Amino acid sequence: MVTVRHENLPATDAKMRTTDVNVYYGDKQAIDSVSIDIPSQYVTAFIGPSGCGKSTFLRSLNRMNDTIPSARVEGTIELEGDDIYRSGMDVVQLRARVGMVFQKPNPFPKSIYDNIAYGPKIHGLAEGKDALDAIVEKSLTRAGLWNEVKDRLDESGTALSGGQQQRLCIARAIAVDPEVILMDEPCSALDPIATAKIEELIDELTGRYAIVIVTHSMQQAARVSQRTAFFHLGKMVEYGATEDIFTNPIEERTKDYITGRYG
Amino acid sequence: MSPALLLFVALGLGLVGWLAGRAKASAFQRADTSKRPVARPNYHGWYVALWVGVPLLAFAVLWMALMPMLVMQSVLASDAAASLPEFGFMRDTLLSEARSVATGAAPAVFDAAARPLIEPFRDAIQRYTVIGMVLAMSIAVICALWSYSRLNPTFTARTRVERAVMAALVIASLVAILTTFGILVSLIFETIRFFGFVSPIDFLFGTSWNPDPMSSPDADQGDRYGAIPLFWGTIYIGAIIAMIVAIPLGLMSAIYLTQYADPRVRAWLKPALEVLAGVPTVVYGYFAALTVAPFIRDVARSVGIENASSESALAAGLVMGVMIIPFVSSMADDSIAAVPGSMRDGSLAMGATQSETIKRVLIPAALPGIVAGIMLAISRAIGETMIVVMAASTAANLSGNPLESMTTVTVQIVAMLTGEGSFDHPATLSAFALGFVLFLVTLVLNFIALRVVKRFREAYE
Ligand SMILES: Nc1ncnc2c1ncn2[C@@H]1O[C@H](COP(=O)(O)OP(=O)(O)O)[C@@H](O)[C@H]1O
Ligand SMILES: [Mg+2]
Repeated sequence: MVTVRHENLPATDAKMRTTDVNVYYGDKQAIDSVSIDIPSQYVTAFIGPSGCGKSTFLRSLNRMNDTIPSARVEGTIELEGDDIYRSGMDVVQLRARVGMVFQKPNPFPKSIYDNIAYGPKIHGLAEGKDALDAIVEKSLTRAGLWNEVKDRLDESGTALSGGQQQRLCIARAIAVDPEVILMDEPCSALDPIATAKIEELIDELTGRYAIVIVTHSMQQAARVSQRTAFFHLGKMVEYGATEDIFTNPIEERTKDYITGRYG
Repeated sequence: MSPALLLFVALGLGLVGWLAGRAKASAFQRADTSKRPVARPNYHGWYVALWVGVPLLAFAVLWMALMPMLVMQSVLASDAAASLPEFGFMRDTLLSEARSVATGAAPAVFDAAARPLIEPFRDAIQRYTVIGMVLAMSIAVICALWSYSRLNPTFTARTRVERAVMAALVIASLVAILTTFGILVSLIFETIRFFGFVSPIDFLFGTSWNPDPMSSPDADQGDRYGAIPLFWGTIYIGAIIAMIVAIPLGLMSAIYLTQYADPRVRAWLKPALEVLAGVPTVVYGYFAALTVAPFIRDVARSVGIENASSESALAAGLVMGVMIIPFVSSMADDSIAAVPGSMRDGSLAMGATQSETIKRVLIPAALPGIVAGIMLAISRAIGETMIVVMAASTAANLSGNPLESMTTVTVQIVAMLTGEGSFDHPATLSAFALGFVLFLVTLVLNFIALRVVKRFREAYE
């Protein structure tokens, strides 16, 4: 049983829509029949105990599961009405439209500039050096990193602090001008100050991109998201406006989880 | 007493010591179960066994070295030796003939004059064997009793045994290092002698290599030992032609194995490739000399290159390149595999294709390791001997034409050492100077490569 709570859910257009999605690793089912709309204007948080399939589900939204040979996805996942798993779907285009930020910051061992320029170059988004410079500056500015790194764009991205690296990765994702940004526990490797900066950044990006964030911190979900989905054992248990889920959960398992009885 | 028998006796006595030590330790541990023993009975056994076996064997080695001297002394002191001729060579011949008969190595003496010496030899050998055995046994027994008497419940047998094991390990590792060092010293020594005949400048920068082992060593040899053609041949075959083959093929196979191959394919293809590195190079040498070289010559002639040699630099270089592929590919494979998977995911998530990811992220990230692998491969290639001995020629040739015959440093080392020249002749000594240069160059290459690899590992830990 899935409880979808429509109170306080203003009608918005769904950027992405999944219908009865199952994900398997070999014979093992990791996601069981999940149907959810990802709104374009808001931040959607996935919460739930670890191992419940949040990352698996998130990775199926930009087909990063394709890189795991044993993974198999059933059901339909649409991006603006277009089934992303249909044959003939261009995965390169899909991933340019649905960007991703990982749990552990993973800047390339290249300069800060080249880290940002990487995506625009492979997608041919910039004509000439000036256009590329502009994209780099714009992306770093949006990620709140420009002032910290503008004098050392030639330095290696791996030389930055952990929090800066993660913002660099967000800037890298922004640089290809995506419509959706998926973030898988983006703060779990960071200290509280760096975490606060990322949360601030997510706030600033809200409305411009559809953002989906997986987090194990309920405070974080409450702070940055407007929609929350609670996952348990591969199923989506409850979904609704964030304040409803946190102040007034309906399902017993949701209640137990957010009051810290397990998880 | 033969060495095998001695070893056997030492092992037997050691076993007895082991059993005795163990029994004693067990006994006093049974007698007082209230205290925790410092070491288990086995260690007490090993302690005694080591004290029996090691001094016994050490003495045996010493005695075997001393005995021939002692025997000879006693024979020379005998009456029969008085009639020996003074002339050294004949004297030595007679003595060694008599000794051969006395030890049973020869059935009878060739020269009757040696016959009276047989008996003194036999006597002396027998006498010193008995003395040696008695001494050996006494040493074994004394050591056994002494070590046995030291055993008591608080005796730290384990620490002592472990110290002995550690000493053995240290000695084992020193053997390799000291040997290398010894080789280096002798190389340097002979090289200096060579430079007494030929100036280092002429050697390192001369362009004509034409040693004549039959010439008088006193004649001025400066213009005969210009090693540039050899260095060029070595670099051309080992670092240019071989690498043109090995780098692309090695890299491509590493990329295939790490990025595209099914795990099952990788599971047998990677070891198979690494087995190639274990094929004796003489086998590649046959292949180069009997198959590749004639083929290249025939192809060259058929396209109208009449002077194509059947001992071409191209044949040796191509086969050497194939031989080197596993070195390049396995280092490249390791380096690419060491790049964290999150880099690959990050790139794919940006919408990069797999080949863009390999080209723009994985290879640049793995580059230091790949370069180090190539340097190790080059140092391997320029030191390689068998392939070039069989497929390249001995004619020094400063040329850029791969179809011509060329020679390398290693080929000349072999040629100079197996020639007829005496060991005082600069031709023979030049082999040591060449070896020394080769040693230095490969040492530097390996050193740099290992440094680079170490940096690279640190960057990703
Ligand atoms: N690559 C994989 N191969 C097989 N099973 C996996 C793989 N990744 C995750 N799983 C399994 O899928 C389930 C969900 O994992 P995951 O999506 O990582 O959970 P979460 O992100 O919520 O902690 C877990 O039981 C996990 O063991
Ligand atoms: Mg996860």
